[in-house]
Amino acid sequence: MTATTTITTTVLDVGEAAPNSQKPVEHPIMDTLTQSTETVGQPLCESATLRMRHVNVFYAETQAIFDVSLDIGRNEVVAMIGPSGCGKSTFLRCLNRMNDTIEGCRVEGELTLDGEAIYGPKVDVVPLRARVGMVFQKPNPFPKTIYENVAYGPKIHGIASRRADLDEIVETSLQRAGLWNEVKDRLDKPGTGLSGGQQQRLCIARAIAVSPEVILMDEPCSALDPIATARIEELIGELSENYTIAMVTHSMQQAARVSQRTAYFHLGKLVEVNDTEMVFTNPQHPLTEAYITGRFG
Amino acid sequence: MQTSTLFALLLLLTLVAYGSGFSRALGAARKGGGVRNLASLPNYYGMHTALWCGLPALLLLGVWLVCDDSIIRALVLGRIAERPDTLAGQHLLYTQIQNLAAGSLIGQPTPELQAAAAYLLSLRNGGQILQTVLVLILSVGFGSYALLRIRPEFRAREQVEKVLRKLLLACACAAILTTVGILLSVLFESLRFFRQIPVTEFLFGLHWSPQMALRADQVGSSGAFGAVPLFTGTLMVSAIAMLVAVPIGLMSAIYLAEYASRRVRALAKPVLEILAGIPTVVYGFFAALTVAPFVRDTAAAMGIAASSESALAAGLVMGVMIIPFVSSLSDDVINAVPQSLRDGALGLGSTKSETIRKVVFPAALPGIVGGVLLAVSRAIGETMIVVMAAGLAANLTANPLQSVTTVTVQIVTLLVGDQEFDSPKTLAAFALGLMLFLSTLILNFIALHVVKKYREQYD
Repeated sequence: MTATTTITTTVLDVGEAAPNSQKPVEHPIMDTLTQSTETVGQPLCESATLRMRHVNVFYAETQAIFDVSLDIGRNEVVAMIGPSGCGKSTFLRCLNRMNDTIEGCRVEGELTLDGEAIYGPKVDVVPLRARVGMVFQKPNPFPKTIYENVAYGPKIHGIASRRADLDEIVETSLQRAGLWNEVKDRLDKPGTGLSGGQQQRLCIARAIAVSPEVILMDEPCSALDPIATARIEELIGELSENYTIAMVTHSMQQAARVSQRTAYFHLGKLVEVNDTEMVFTNPQHPLTEAYITGRFG
Repeated sequence: MQTSTLFALLLLLTLVAYGSGFSRALGAARKGGGVRNLASLPNYYGMHTALWCGLPALLLLGVWLVCDDSIIRALVLGRIAERPDTLAGQHLLYTQIQNLAAGSLIGQPTPELQAAAAYLLSLRNGGQILQTVLVLILSVGFGSYALLRIRPEFRAREQVEKVLRKLLLACACAAILTTVGILLSVLFESLRFFRQIPVTEFLFGLHWSPQMALRADQVGSSGAFGAVPLFTGTLMVSAIAMLVAVPIGLMSAIYLAEYASRRVRALAKPVLEILAGIPTVVYGFFAALTVAPFVRDTAAAMGIAASSESALAAGLVMGVMIIPFVSSLSDDVINAVPQSLRDGALGLGSTKSETIRKVVFPAALPGIVGGVLLAVSRAIGETMIVVMAAGLAANLTANPLQSVTTVTVQIVTLLVGDQEFDSPKTLAAFALGLMLFLSTLILNFIALHVVKKYREQYD
């Protein structure tokens, strides 16, 4: 297969290949491509909320992300797909500096949120994380009541001090997360007593209660059944009217259903970014094509 | 043969039985086409044979050792025409006969006693021989029986596992039976005490002075057995200890679990746990020689009267002793809080301290409470430090600078020296022990329940 000839729209040329510590994977397509860090498609956009340029992430000695550049536009849903261990979660966790909690993790490159640096000696992570909310793979409600779970964020950030304001925030957040009707009569019951899908929507309500600009979702449906998954996907569609969303998913159907753009990661490199429809109907890069047609991954 | 020699011989026989069972199974396998044709692996045949060879003989030996003495005693006493009626008299007589048989009786024995002693010796010798013969017969007999049963289709593993299950059950019962035994022995002595001193006086009396005079006309001839000062003393010393141990232990646990780098943790945790390895007597020295004078001098400098043995000194040192208890248990519990909860809180923009105070600590609280309650029962049971640093005077006081005494200390002083088991002074120790046992039992019970409830939350 003549791989590189099909690449047409190389928007971003990042020059020489980064030093590569990965061992070569035995696959005919990959042999020719593992050295390249070029991204095909449209990784950049005009009015970006999140701007990432030449991001490298290291876990102690091993490099997990190689020279990734990507923009996420306002009120856009970007899906990140790729085989396990390709660095999508690591990349996502750079955006609200959750990688700070991992010992030995180092992030290089320029990352900005609305033009303000995310990394830097003067940046306080606390307001940053209030602006960039996160929903995790496994629903992780606090062992508190449903009300307390949602009210937790507004309380610690001092957004609402009066009980009435807090009540209102809790109600609107739960309504936006599509959980209000199911839990309005049992707000004082523990959040851990809800079903898995309800717990995940509670976590989404908890995240939007602090009015973030961006919501990061790390495989938000991988622990849920198809019905709960459909509910969350519907919710992501509604949320994208007000929020910018970056989500990692293992389900290509999910990426196709909810996102406007899709980014394909492979072995720590961003291989292709394009409109979701384009990625799934007419992938530009042979690795992307191989992945979405199920030849590996 | 001596019982110990017999026991060694029995062990040897069992080993031989294992070997022959094993090789016989191999032999059977060779004839029948390999080990795969055996119902169980060869070592199970060996174990089966060994169990048959050893267990029945061992059981007989055990029963023999338990019953041997009382049977011989009944037979010997049966020979004597004029037996004393009382149990104590019979006991004395039998001891005389035993001493005579051992050749250590002083004085001139009657011919009847001499005959009884000779009879005792002959019974003992005969019994010894009978025991050896029976045990060996049982062992060899059952061993060969098991050996002969070995066939390729015989399921030795199931038999062995059945026996092993019973053995495990017996081991589990041993711990429970010991507890019951302790409880009963304390209970009966306590009942004897309560026959002489009313329960209400013991539980609600405000004065503790267990010394009984020898003659009725002496001063303080009656003694006083009001246990309230002891329990308030215990309460005060334990409370001071917990006031020291809980905050320090908890804070160090939070530091170790949440803030410390891996290197500090690897260094600090073992060092902290060394505290738990110091003998309590050594803590006692420290309390009596260093802390108690310091407390007294400090109080004196501030113009407060303090005795040189004080509840404060004992409580402080006891608190230091309990720190590793609290910190180690809390550290484990805090580490068990899922990382996903911390991520969730941090992802919402909590600071590290908010995450710990508002999410991690409440989630770990039930486990921490369990650990603290276990530490409390440790504090209540502690004796040495209090003996050395808090004194022996049973003062009913709320002033931690005065000397107090605790339940455990009083038990020790009551049982040190001469004891009369018909005097309330000695028996009071058992009543105190019973009360202490009950209160720590209740505490442990609550602690285990809390810990159990916590476990259910995350599994």
